[in-house]
Amino acid sequence: MSLNRRDIENIALLARLALTDAEVPVYVESLSRIMGLIGELDRADTSQIEPMAHPLPGQRQRLRADAVTESDQHQLYQTNAPQVEAGLYLVPRVIE
Amino acid sequence: MSELYHKTVAELAAALRAEQVSSVELTRAFLSRIEQHQGELNAFISVTASAALTQAAEADQRRAAGHAGPLTGVPIAHKDIFCTKGELTTCGSRILANFVSPYDATVVERLRSAGVVMLGKTNMDEFAMGSSNETSYFGPVRNPWDTARVPGGSSGGSAAAVAARLVPAATATDTGGSIRQPAALCGVTGLKPTYGRVSRYGMIAFASSLDQAGVIAQTAEDAALLLGAMAGFDPRDSTSVELPVPDYSAALTSPLKGLKIGVLKEYFDKGLDRDVEQHLRAALDVLRSQGASIKDVSLPNLPLSVPTYYVVAPAECSSNLARFDGVRYGYRCENPRDLMDLYCRSRGEGFGAEVKRRIMTGTYVLSAGYYDAFYLKAQRVRQLISADFERAFHEVDVVIGPTTPTPAFELGAKTHDPVTMYLNDIYTIGANLAGLPGISIPCGLVQDLPVGLQIVGPHFGEERVLNVAHRYQLETDWHRRRPARFE
Repeated sequence: MSLNRRDIENIALLARLALTDAEVPVYVESLSRIMGLIGELDRADTSQIEPMAHPLPGQRQRLRADAVTESDQHQLYQTNAPQVEAGLYLVPRVIE
Repeated sequence: MSELYHKTVAELAAALRAEQVSSVELTRAFLSRIEQHQGELNAFISVTASAALTQAAEADQRRAAGHAGPLTGVPIAHKDIFCTKGELTTCGSRILANFVSPYDATVVERLRSAGVVMLGKTNMDEFAMGSSNETSYFGPVRNPWDTARVPGGSSGGSAAAVAARLVPAATATDTGGSIRQPAALCGVTGLKPTYGRVSRYGMIAFASSLDQAGVIAQTAEDAALLLGAMAGFDPRDSTSVELPVPDYSAALTSPLKGLKIGVLKEYFDKGLDRDVEQHLRAALDVLRSQGASIKDVSLPNLPLSVPTYYVVAPAECSSNLARFDGVRYGYRCENPRDLMDLYCRSRGEGFGAEVKRRIMTGTYVLSAGYYDAFYLKAQRVRQLISADFERAFHEVDVVIGPTTPTPAFELGAKTHDPVTMYLNDIYTIGANLAGLPGISIPCGLVQDLPVGLQIVGPHFGEERVLNVAHRYQLETDWHRRRPARFE
């Protein structure tokens, strides 16, 4: 399976990745190769097979009680933030 | 007397117990060993010397007060994928190059409360995506057996550090072979437990249905000791399994008489190096001489494990890595024009080439119109592979094969083509897709490069897998071989 430049640009947009002009042809080539590898899956007859939902048979998603377990530590967490003011994360203006 | 840094975790624990050495002395010895060889190997992203010495002093006080546990005072390293409170946690990425974790991963917390001392954070492929440690933002790790070669990945720093005896053991993670493959290429023991056996909380997520934490050490005995301290139910990980943790050390020496070993037909294929195969056949003879019986088993869908993995893992990665947005933590681009520009450039500049490749592959296989053809199809084939293993475990107790097709390759040898690199994990991925425990142990040298033997067991069969590995290590000395340059 072969992907072209437009496919890669579209995928990069969906993935929120800015690619440089030099990167695009590299990913055209390598994603096409990877899709070729993935194409081998067509060899398997899976018409009667359910998709796997959990790596361990019989396991179900556990849910916890709807109770508050975390305390407010925003000051600690915001020490890792690129830009903070008055306890708020700053991003470029969204609404003009 | 052999040097302190040659000793196993079990031997160091015994020396601490007998008060022949203090934890502070041990910690200083390993810190100086790391300092001596870090330049050559690049096995660490950060060395946490000050925290290590504080923890070691605490361990010594705990022993003096009579409250020491079996591992109290033993120093190890953590793969830099585990969050460590107050310390740099980068996951090998530029996007987290300055991230100081506000909390500890459960694995880190449990080992710490057992009195284990953290020496530092080991280098790794970026976000654990790689099989050679060449995708790390902090540069490649070098293989101690031949520094022109790769250590394997993604836990290449952990494996190289143990192989060069910079640390007696290190934590690691395995999504498609990232514990077993570098353990094989570096000539050490690497255990990947059953999916859900060890908590994933605080372990930076790559592919959540495959990721599992484990350990790299010199011996199966050490892997058993450390797994016992790491494993167990954790309410903070929604796929953590509520099962009691057995005493992994207790079952190590059980005789192998009556054990049924399956040799995977699909693993002894034409891609397997001849010399590697000879060592594996010799290892099977060792196990046979201890009373194990050996038969061929076939897992017909196993050859599809690589394509299956390269749908499932990138799909989950594209979702997990969506959290890196340049807003709350991590790298942010300079002068973003608007919010979209901030997201796209922060991610485009913050992630390396391989991570972007996987995010895009995942985005594509999950995108509208392709989800059924790729993602659902892969999850169906995954079911077939899992069923193959289940059938095999009705006939045999463990399955055995090579860990990798060849010994360590040269740096740069496979970076030009991602598919060639992906095929390096051909023997390890099956256990991840089926959620099974597996171990790689050294079983020979080919031109002075280590070869790994892989033992895979049924779900929660860690005791049996460790037992087979330990019995093998009692009869052989491959695990005691050390790279000459790092004596």
